[in-house]
Amino acid sequence: MSVTVELKNTPLFDVHCALNAKLVDFGGWNMPVQYSGILQEHHAVRTAVGVFDVSHMGEIEIRGPEAASLVDYVSTNNAQKLKTGQAQYSGLLYEHGGFVDDILVHKISDTHFFLCVNASNQEKDFEHIRARNSFDAEVDFASDRYAQLAIQGPRALETLQQLTRTPLAEIKYYWFTDGTVDGVPARIARTGYTGEDGFEIYIPPESAQAIWQSVLNAGEEFGIKPCGLGARNTLRLEAKMALYGHEITESTNPYEADLAWIVKMEKGDFVGRPALENALQQGVTRKLVGFEMKDRGIARDGYEVWMNGEPAGWVTSGGPSPTLGKNIGLCYLPTPQATPGTAIQVMIRNAPVDAVTVATPFYKRAKA
Amino acid sequence: MSYPDTFRYTKEHEWVRVEGTQGTIGITDHAQQELGDIVFVDLPKVGAKIIKGQSFGSVESVKAVSDIYSPVSGEVSAINELLTKSPERLNEDPHGEAWLIQVKLSDPAEINGLMSAADYENYLGAA
Repeated sequence: MSVTVELKNTPLFDVHCALNAKLVDFGGWNMPVQYSGILQEHHAVRTAVGVFDVSHMGEIEIRGPEAASLVDYVSTNNAQKLKTGQAQYSGLLYEHGGFVDDILVHKISDTHFFLCVNASNQEKDFEHIRARNSFDAEVDFASDRYAQLAIQGPRALETLQQLTRTPLAEIKYYWFTDGTVDGVPARIARTGYTGEDGFEIYIPPESAQAIWQSVLNAGEEFGIKPCGLGARNTLRLEAKMALYGHEITESTNPYEADLAWIVKMEKGDFVGRPALENALQQGVTRKLVGFEMKDRGIARDGYEVWMNGEPAGWVTSGGPSPTLGKNIGLCYLPTPQATPGTAIQVMIRNAPVDAVTVATPFYKRAKA
Repeated sequence: MSYPDTFRYTKEHEWVRVEGTQGTIGITDHAQQELGDIVFVDLPKVGAKIIKGQSFGSVESVKAVSDIYSPVSGEVSAINELLTKSPERLNEDPHGEAWLIQVKLSDPAEINGLMSAADYENYLGAA
């Protein structure tokens, strides 16, 4: 017997169909993987501007006198240190130190925090946080109240500025403000998942179609392109940003994933801390490292990585880098070898293909 | 793009054009559309034996890898070197310049089991 699971649609589903997007099942969501083509969309974001529908992402709001304490307790980064209007990348961990999810924490006020979480993890995250809430705070599943667009690229600011009175240049990287876009209340964050300058805006679902069109109109003079998950993946891989289920999973901890910078041990107790202390004492045995292919071949997620004639690790994400014109990837290797310059082989259809570990990120934008 | 009457087609979206005992193999326009931007083509060496229905190589788009299944059996007599340097030509001219390999057929009668252009277009329409 086959079971058909109804895919969820974002408020922009009709728009994607009208644009002839190729749709795929992404964690239970009917999402555009590409419109005009992944390469074109990728280059649009690196050189001009692109807009992504990321309304599948989940939102969780935490309110109450002890909201900050709850966020701090369930996440690895230091939420208490956030200033109002500031955002931070963080991890939600299980007690055993593995990832429940990676998240963005936004501080709206001393008593109100706004979490942006991965689409396919949102229910799990919500239950995880609620089950550990012994604080004077309420956890609210807010995904249905928000659509989200990402406007990314060197011309993102000029594009979005045409639709808002909020002076966007004053919003620093990883800060946000509540304003309006196209006359509609919007949370405007200078964040993104592309390695490029840009904004992520949280808007009412009923206004999503109108705002999407306004963004496309505003960006037309710069050659804006609607971009799908395919380009989102090649862009984030070049910038070495983690993808849940790939670089980070319930069986990897932040130290292994090269995310020590989001773990703030000095802040006190938090979920997963004892396991992380233990991991540090025992020594972190494997680590995430970037590589590029030396011979012809493209590494893909899940391929084995060999060293000195033996299996040594696996590829977490791999593919062509449209910006660099090379084939790149991320892989786990034993810690001593997880440094740039290690000769490795990626097993591609049962044949070893030479590659070498390299420093990351693969791509870093020039500072303005 | 139309599907040439002189080709035979597989359900896995390969085509073969046979002249005497020589066959030329490629992927269809439908296949390249489904794949998206093609960035890599992995082909066998000249002299390799290929078998009808078995994979002889792969085509990779930005997003994914797809095996190519041989419509016929035989021995590889040429590979299209153009695709080593310019795999994107497969998106542009899959029925012409961007053929994949040429084969010396071991059993030319094998093509009788393949679809005609009209059959293939019906097959695409029904899929």
